[in-house]
Amino acid sequence: MGWMSQWLFSSVGRKWVMAVTGLFLCTFLVVHLSGNLLTLIPDEGKTFNAFAHFMSHNWIIRFLEVVLFSGFLLHIIQGLVLMVRNRKSRPVRYAVHAAAPSVSWSSLNMGLLGTLLLVFLVVHVGDFFVESRFTPEKLGTDAQGYVNLYAEVVHSFSSLPYTLFYVLAMVALGFHLWHGFQSAFRSLGLMHSRYTPAVIWTGKVYTVVITAGFLFIPLYWYFMQL
Amino acid sequence: MRLTLKVWRQKNSQDKGRFEVYHLNDLDEHASFLEMFDVLNEQLIREGKDPVAFDHDCREGICGMCSMVINGRPHGPLTHNTTCQLHLRHFRDGETITVEPWRASAFPVIKDLVVDRSAFDRIIAAGGFISVNTGQAVEANSILVPKENADQAMNAAVCIGCGACVAACKNASAMLFVAAKVSHLSLLPQGEPERYRRVKNMVAQMDKEGFGACTNTNACEAACPKGISVTHIARLNREYLKATFLQEE
Repeated sequence: MGWMSQWLFSSVGRKWVMAVTGLFLCTFLVVHLSGNLLTLIPDEGKTFNAFAHFMSHNWIIRFLEVVLFSGFLLHIIQGLVLMVRNRKSRPVRYAVHAAAPSVSWSSLNMGLLGTLLLVFLVVHVGDFFVESRFTPEKLGTDAQGYVNLYAEVVHSFSSLPYTLFYVLAMVALGFHLWHGFQSAFRSLGLMHSRYTPAVIWTGKVYTVVITAGFLFIPLYWYFMQL
Repeated sequence: MRLTLKVWRQKNSQDKGRFEVYHLNDLDEHASFLEMFDVLNEQLIREGKDPVAFDHDCREGICGMCSMVINGRPHGPLTHNTTCQLHLRHFRDGETITVEPWRASAFPVIKDLVVDRSAFDRIIAAGGFISVNTGQAVEANSILVPKENADQAMNAAVCIGCGACVAACKNASAMLFVAAKVSHLSLLPQGEPERYRRVKNMVAQMDKEGFGACTNTNACEAACPKGISVTHIARLNREYLKATFLQEE
């Protein structure tokens, strides 16, 4: 197994792990956003609560949940390790640093953006996931007898500081994806004049759609309850 | 023209170092950046002070010796350029210019603006070579190389090993340098025998020297005096994957 660890613990392999887990998390965001959009159906949360019930009780989803948590953990730990190692590579900083115009702000701040997202993730998982999974009795049930996660979501976004926290985190997510999506392909070795323009274009469309979607939901519920 | 220089001065690798400010008058705007340092050093020697140590050799933009971070950009504000080919006409009269050495743990400062780049030599020694028989040179056209491969290999082979890619990268990563060597030799039939060993050994040495990983910012490509493309980094990533899964044991 020495050959495997030589690859995975090299700086090239570490970036490969970041890319694979990052793209996997990109597919998760699509599922997550699709679920969130169900809160917009004007049925008092019937569809959304049924969806949440399905997601927490279907055994295939429960298995994928373990894969998802592993993906998150790998991406976070590897990201932090890379951030620390990369900082150690330049112990003395430049007095003047001017990035070339072709270098994007996102790409220079992936560590910072990732750390912001980690803070958000801890709060977010604590608020919705842990509550609905481990102490569902606190949330009450809806007319169908399902845990009323819908009411919790709507109530959460009646608070301005809470809504602003979500908006800030989703902007950070947008910048993180703006660089991360296309960067992942290069870390995997996939870069070619034939398809790279399509990868970059897809990444930009994906980022705009996902970010706009995740920004819309907290803002919609905040303004609906003013 | 008149210029104010803020130059990094450091006696040796142990010294903490600091900036010193120098005022230069009557400079010729067509003088090169290094010629300006010659003028400054003559002035310092006349005053009985220690001249500024800086690396230089050919002063034609091809040897890769000059290495200064000028106002935060390796080799200065122009693209596809080396410090020695930068002229004072690209600065404003009366401007203050900050000059620093390459900053990387793998490139320790020897003195002032001179850094030790032998980490690059050790990376090359780890795999940046091909094996050839000694004796008479073989007929050049006996091994056929597709034109597209030759062009790509040439784009990588123009690397002069100056280290601007490391200096520009926020992670002080040497990926563009290593990728240029790996890519150059993996595209040519002559590089085939050592192909898999090369990429693994060169990356291992790169990591051992303490260079950072690649965040794909493209800062290296922008700073490279030879305009080496980041597509070579993607090729290195592919080569490493192939070496991991396809190398015969």
